[in-house]
Amino acid sequence: MKATARRQWAEWLVTLPSFVWLTALFVVPTLLVFAITFRAPTPDGGFGKEWTLTTFWSLGNPNYPAIIWRTIWVSTVATLGCILLATPMGYYLAKADERRRRWVLLLVILPFWTSFLVRIFAWKVLLHPDGFLKHALEWMHLVKPDTTLLYNVWAVLLVMVYTELPFAILPIYAAAEKFDFRLVEAAKDLGCGSFRAFCSVFVPGIRVGLLTAFLMVFIPSLGSYVVPDIVGGPTSEMLGNKIAQRAGPDRNLPHAAGLSAILAVTMLAPLAGYMALRKQGTPGSDLMEKGA
Amino acid sequence: MSEFLEFRDVSKHYGAVKAVDHVSLEVKQGEFFSLLGPSGCGKTTLLRMLGGFEQPDTGRILLDGQDITDLPPYERKVNTIFQSYALFPHLSVWDNIAFGLKVAKRPKAEIKESVEKMLAMIQMEDQAWKKPDQISGGQKQRVAIARALVNKPRVLLLDEPLAALDLKLRQRMLMELDLIHDEVGITFLYVTHDQGEAMSLSDRIAVLRGGKIEQLGTPAKIYEAPRTSFVAAFIGDTNFFDGIVAEPVEKRTGLAGLWPAAQNTDYSQLKVDGLGDVECYNDKKIKEGEYVCLSIRPEKFQISLEKPEERPHMNVIRGTVDDVIYLGSQTKYWVKSGEYRISVVRQHSKFLLDEQPIKWQDEVWLRWHADDGFMLEKYNEQDENLIQLPPEEVGETDQLAIDAAAAAGEVAPAEAGAADGAAGADGTVP
Repeated sequence: MKATARRQWAEWLVTLPSFVWLTALFVVPTLLVFAITFRAPTPDGGFGKEWTLTTFWSLGNPNYPAIIWRTIWVSTVATLGCILLATPMGYYLAKADERRRRWVLLLVILPFWTSFLVRIFAWKVLLHPDGFLKHALEWMHLVKPDTTLLYNVWAVLLVMVYTELPFAILPIYAAAEKFDFRLVEAAKDLGCGSFRAFCSVFVPGIRVGLLTAFLMVFIPSLGSYVVPDIVGGPTSEMLGNKIAQRAGPDRNLPHAAGLSAILAVTMLAPLAGYMALRKQGTPGSDLMEKGA
Repeated sequence: MSEFLEFRDVSKHYGAVKAVDHVSLEVKQGEFFSLLGPSGCGKTTLLRMLGGFEQPDTGRILLDGQDITDLPPYERKVNTIFQSYALFPHLSVWDNIAFGLKVAKRPKAEIKESVEKMLAMIQMEDQAWKKPDQISGGQKQRVAIARALVNKPRVLLLDEPLAALDLKLRQRMLMELDLIHDEVGITFLYVTHDQGEAMSLSDRIAVLRGGKIEQLGTPAKIYEAPRTSFVAAFIGDTNFFDGIVAEPVEKRTGLAGLWPAAQNTDYSQLKVDGLGDVECYNDKKIKEGEYVCLSIRPEKFQISLEKPEERPHMNVIRGTVDDVIYLGSQTKYWVKSGEYRISVVRQHSKFLLDEQPIKWQDEVWLRWHADDGFMLEKYNEQDENLIQLPPEEVGETDQLAIDAAAAAGEVAPAEAGAADGAAGADGTVP
């Protein structure tokens, strides 16, 4: 009895620092951001002491639903693109021999050694109307001379997939490495072709990795600001750009806080879905559902 | 009629290692055929080549007259039970069994009927919606069997299917496998390193070593008449004696009428260091002066406290009991004679307590018939290493070896079963 109590106390003690850290530096600021939404803006870019609902009502601006919608679909497509590319990659990495695997993993991580901003500017150069990629595609007659590759939503998608891909590959690879490839053999033995075996056994086998990859890519994508700012045009603005605009040039901190709150709530949705899925995945509920 | 399943001169190399070295073998329809050998003998490679997971470097594989060597796994009418079962963890028992039929796009009603029939066969109707991680090892094994059999394969491939089970479960699954084979009547190709399993299940066994077939035959043939010392040592227990072949034994024409079996056979004297001359059956016509290895199974010895009477072709030696292991249905003795420590097994067919027991340090006589000793070529150190088992497996294998010996030693199955009970391993089947 006494030993159990002491162990619990010890467990509590070691959890305490991270708990304090999260509360002080994550939960409290988030709640503060929520609260600032209900303060009045001051001309110097700060916020006043009185409470008001003005900002809250102004969030109903008819421009916002379109931007929110674009933020969600661009993030979703970018995430799915990453997962689609990363899954075969994870399969390959898990099957490859040690030497090759180390090299490929190094290549996956290599881009991180270059500044994020530099890499995005590099894309701007590539996609530029006078850029190498544009000329190459033109020479191959794949694009017309008057097509613009830059400053549209497709450029944003392309660069987002490029920047986020490693974050999808790594969790998928981690799951694939633990995957029992004898199951693929078993599926083939039972009549599956290679592709079918891949889809019906490998993909469900790494579903935890896929979910993690989804969250790892989707959540940062929702908040992306730099990519649409540099390679996207005014028609491909995302919520992140609007927040920056409100907080910076517009000097309206409560408004920026309100948009951030919307973004935070949007991010909670997939997390809640993830939790629900995991809960459903536990054996008990599954049994009850099917047995009934 | 050509053979049902045929390996024709099949070879497979991994780098410089010859996993399978020009193996040819034929399996009859409906047969329970085992590939038996130590790890690395090529048995699993052979199985995987039949399953389509490996391509042979040379040779062809034929199934029912059709050359299947180049077919992908999913086009072969064979199914495999993997050593690890390889059940799909994200699917229920029901869906695991239905997997092959769903892939083959069979009608829903047929799938339902077949799966339910299989569930009934493996007696797991009430566990159909459980996931593989919620059922026991033995149940997983049964699901794996059902998942393969539901597709009605021409050949069922079993890759060490019992290796992951504990001893009692293994014995029970052994019986179940046997029943299932009788019930479905399809060809089973069984890969194992456990001679006990192979002996008790198979119609025929191919003993493999270093990618080659060492001996092929019925379990009794392989046990009773091993062709090489490797087979003798790998299958069951045996005693080896080193000796030099001496002159042939004169034919005892005078007794020909009394022992007709001995009339035309050829017996040789064998000089064994420390034991003197012993007489053995020389079917291989081994010439005088050759070094050979004499193999005698423990149960072929008759052990007694009094000197047994002399009979033709009977060898008698004297020794001291070094150890006695009572096993219920039988007793195992270690008898020291000369530099040899001889393993002797004695079946108890009479009520033991009436007899005067043979105790530790007793002077005893061992007697065996010349026909029961096999002269084999000497086996080298490499073989000895192959035969060695990891320490944790020795105990289990001993028990199975005893079972196998009991089965092969013409003991009625009922008696062998009773033996288990007496040995304290009772309650195998609840």
